[in-house]
Amino acid sequence: MEYFELIVATIFVNNILLAQFLGNCPFLGTSKKMETAIGMAMAVIFVLVLAGVITWIVYAWLLVPYKLEFLRTIAFILVIASLVQFVEMFLKKSIPALYAGLGIFLPLITTNCAVFGVCVLNIDKEFTFMQSLVASFGYAAGFGLALILFAGVRERTLLARVPKALRDTSIALVTAGVISLSFYAFRGMV
Amino acid sequence: MAKSLAAEFTKGLWKEIPPFRLVLGLCPTLGVTTSMKNGIGMGLATTFVLVCANILISALRKVIPGKVRIACFIIIIATFVIIVELTMQAFAYTLYLDLGVFIPLIVVNCIVLGRAEAFASKNSIIPSAADGLGIGLGFTLALASLGAVRELLGTGGLKGDVFGMLPYDISNIFGASYEPFAFAVQAPGAFIALGLMLCLMNLIPSK
Repeated sequence: MEYFELIVATIFVNNILLAQFLGNCPFLGTSKKMETAIGMAMAVIFVLVLAGVITWIVYAWLLVPYKLEFLRTIAFILVIASLVQFVEMFLKKSIPALYAGLGIFLPLITTNCAVFGVCVLNIDKEFTFMQSLVASFGYAAGFGLALILFAGVRERTLLARVPKALRDTSIALVTAGVISLSFYAFRGMV
Repeated sequence: MAKSLAAEFTKGLWKEIPPFRLVLGLCPTLGVTTSMKNGIGMGLATTFVLVCANILISALRKVIPGKVRIACFIIIIATFVIIVELTMQAFAYTLYLDLGVFIPLIVVNCIVLGRAEAFASKNSIIPSAADGLGIGLGFTLALASLGAVRELLGTGGLKGDVFGMLPYDISNIFGASYEPFAFAVQAPGAFIALGLMLCLMNLIPSK
């Protein structure tokens, strides 16, 4: 039950993109086409769950015992960068089909602040191992859901006749605001 | 270097002002601008990292091997972010709590890495410092103005200080009967306010 609440909270109530504002660069960058949006969403779910678990282990078993908590930022970014690199090599070798799908999105993830942000949030909220695993999955699924919904709307705004000054990023942000407003309604749930 | 130092500095303030002209670094822009105070604090923290990282990267640009340059840049940036984090915990703790996760997130701010890659790794130290300072102050200006718009609409006034100095307090700018428009300081308001500000910037033609 506790984990169910956490999942609902992370997917809907505290949606990483629309309520916490993390990972907005890929949100606007990869949402012009449904295909790229799905690819990016899958890559983020895959890496974010791994990164959330590994950074938790690094923090609890390596940084805390040696009193190195102040190195958190540098340690996490290194873990994420090398993890992305490793995942890329592993997929290329053993699951080429998946690599072909996720390939181009993987390098972008190193600088995706959603991944880094969730790892930091897990530590800041003092989650246990299981909680951070569930929370990482929930945040990642929320990212995917918001990105895919947004891509669907955005494909239509590309065809619509938008005033010149509002074109492109500007109308995309206003659209994101409206989607964010609809997610805002989940706020009373948890 | 055909362009003068002044040109490197001022381009960040208008021609390439992030996040309006260069759509980078949206996460802190949307996340912290619930008030002008937070916007200024975040902007100045980013400026510090940007200037220091630009100087160090430009000084080391001949030593850093090309293949691993991104990793080297990230480590240099992370070092300065940790300095900012620890300094803010010591001297501006309430602001540190307000900005929360966005301070460590300066590491993955595309503006900082973008300037390192596009400018500091190709130019000498002094132009790089000017470039960092200009872009940083432009970013601060953008965050402060977005924060001010949202705070004015959301609370009807501006209140705060800059790192404990320069306190300002303007209340009831729209008259005492103004009903605060709480939407502006909440999450959806951030997207819409930024979208409309971008639209205004687009109306002003750029040279």
